[in-house]
Amino acid sequence: MTELERKQDRAPIPSRWEYATAPESREIVSLRERYGHFVGGEWLEPAESYQTIDPASEEPLAEVGQATDEEVQLAVRTAQDAFENGWSALPGSERAKYLYRIARILQERSREFAVLESLNGGKPIRESRDVDLPLSAAHFFYYAGWADKLEYAFPNRKPRPLGVAGQIIPWNFPLLMLAWKIAPALAAGNTVVLKPAETTPLSALLFCDVLRQAELPPGVVNIVTGDGRAGAALVKSDVAKIAFTGSTEVGKAIQRELAGTGKKLTLELGGKAANVIFDDAALDQAVEGIVNGIYFNQGHVCCAGSRLLVQESIYEPVISKLKRRLGTLRVGDPLDKNTDVGAINSRQQLDKIQELVRSGEEEGAEIYQPPCRLPEKGYWFVPTVFTNVAQSYRIAQEEIFGPVLSVLTFRTPDEAVEKANNTPYGLSAGVWTEKGSRILSMAQRLRAGVIWANTYNRFDPSSPFGGYRESGFGREGGLHGLEPYLDFE
Amino acid sequence: MSRLPVRKTYKLFVGGEFPRSESGRTYEAEGQNVARASRKDVRDAVRAARSAFPKWAGMTAYNRGQVLYRVAEMMEARRGEFADLCSGSKEVDRSIDRLVWYAGWADKLAQVLGSSNSVAGPYFNFTVPEPTGVVGILAPAEPALAGLVSRVSPAIVGGNAAVVVASEPHPLAAIELAEALATADVPGGVVNILTGRREELAPVLAGHMDVNALDVSGADGDVPELERLAAENVKRVVHGAPDDQSPWEIAGFLELKTVWHPIGV
Repeated sequence: MTELERKQDRAPIPSRWEYATAPESREIVSLRERYGHFVGGEWLEPAESYQTIDPASEEPLAEVGQATDEEVQLAVRTAQDAFENGWSALPGSERAKYLYRIARILQERSREFAVLESLNGGKPIRESRDVDLPLSAAHFFYYAGWADKLEYAFPNRKPRPLGVAGQIIPWNFPLLMLAWKIAPALAAGNTVVLKPAETTPLSALLFCDVLRQAELPPGVVNIVTGDGRAGAALVKSDVAKIAFTGSTEVGKAIQRELAGTGKKLTLELGGKAANVIFDDAALDQAVEGIVNGIYFNQGHVCCAGSRLLVQESIYEPVISKLKRRLGTLRVGDPLDKNTDVGAINSRQQLDKIQELVRSGEEEGAEIYQPPCRLPEKGYWFVPTVFTNVAQSYRIAQEEIFGPVLSVLTFRTPDEAVEKANNTPYGLSAGVWTEKGSRILSMAQRLRAGVIWANTYNRFDPSSPFGGYRESGFGREGGLHGLEPYLDFE
Repeated sequence: MSRLPVRKTYKLFVGGEFPRSESGRTYEAEGQNVARASRKDVRDAVRAARSAFPKWAGMTAYNRGQVLYRVAEMMEARRGEFADLCSGSKEVDRSIDRLVWYAGWADKLAQVLGSSNSVAGPYFNFTVPEPTGVVGILAPAEPALAGLVSRVSPAIVGGNAAVVVASEPHPLAAIELAEALATADVPGGVVNILTGRREELAPVLAGHMDVNALDVSGADGDVPELERLAAENVKRVVHGAPDDQSPWEIAGFLELKTVWHPIGV
């Protein structure tokens, strides 16, 4: 806290609102005790398995397979057969109709999926209901329309599918990331082997039932579950392409592994986005944008606005408004419709957040956490703001992937650009100002794949998403998201 | 009695200047002593490229197009010299015409590669191509001139700065090209050309942490190892056509940036 803040006693007022709980019923989800791998349209009994849990209660939800090398290879061979025997020869208009069916079924079963997503991943039901599910369905609907229009998407280039796409997705948006991967792959005429994240396999396994209902030909989409070993087996297998979303560290390992193989690769990796607030910004809106930028989905977002860059002249009001707003965030039961911040996805992730937050305190940053009652069981972390942060601190350089904001200041636009670009990442950035020419100038100078101006964390299937530098390469979404799944003459 | 000709000293091209290798080494190629660049020369060239990048990327596309066209003009004036240093006048003509072709792309890329996106909400949303930054290029061993022009032009027309390792057996055309670049209003450091042992220079370029993309279209030797080194900072690895032209060759060196803004009153 600065001297001025102390004098003015701008300490935030914790919310005194009492909320009655408003839990969404979990009855709509019926889970099986055990799941296998989904290969060739059937359940394959796994050789090894593990428990997947609810991170909000640490209670086991189901037993799922830990795919072995042989099981992964079987899935890839099955996808290869499906590619050669039917799928690649199917007219685009027929592929389109399968994708439209999937989109519709996801809309019809959206509540069931939303509840499951919150159960297995810890994210607030409000987010899985209002963001993850509508966007997942929209993604299939969008790419369905491309399936029979590829020659217009890529005129004179004679697009043709690659074969089997191996896809590895993270745990922060399990179903949405599945949609981002599977929809363009199928639209382009490929078949798929997808591995969901170790901690969040259940929505992908329920998605297999959507495929059954859509009557998608067996083997076109295969799902194998497990930890990084299963992912590594998929990377080493005989696929034509790997699409990976996850950490930069693993992304680099995959790029090394694929070196010299000629396999196609797209990587959507980490980020350390700057959210830049100028003194002429609409402050209340900007504060909402800051909160949405870093506390949305517990900060488990690769494009989270984890570094707040505030112009010095408005530092005091922004920080005091932000602290006040933090006091109103409700942390707790993901299935409660009032909840703003849910459970941290796993013990491992909680450990990582705690470790980085400790480093922030040790390096000299000032920590602020609103008063907050956390549930006794499960993995939780209070929304946190660090002020007095130097650019060299780990909390200003490393991706925390949790509800932790690091605040830095700047005086001039040049300094803001310099600081915003001063990480190895380049996934996204935010700008808040009422001056149009400044928005465009900042949008040009920020080295990132997605720039949100006077908004943050917006996604759409028609909008390309992906990073610069160590945030990866290739785009997902839009026309540009089709290209990585096609070969050209 | 015939006149004794004045010979040229073949040096590197870094930051718009023609230094010798800091190592003081040369190697003999095509009957000449040619500078043999060191690892330090690679690092100096990357630094020159990095500092040239903002200015080059910040120029208007029209301006960049004119500079590329100017390079073609300078090459045209040296057709005879170039012909002696490659497979002949046909290769020279192809190279000059290719530069002219790429020059015209500068202010059309955004229209062909970018998009306006119909998002489901009150937002203005568009996607534009931008240069990826500093590009390392391993020029094809042959054709000595057309190979070099085919890889450098698509890299720089979109606003990137390049560090090129020239053909090891045929480096003279590359130095001749450097002289054309130096007189064509290409800002110093936008193209840097190193001659020397590929085996020694390529891994340094591939592993350099301030290089954003590696063009292996003309690479020889242990290419998988170069690709592994490139992963250290998630470089874009470009496998292009060593002697062809296409806007997709440009796209390999570009990023796509998507900008959102709310629509409201």
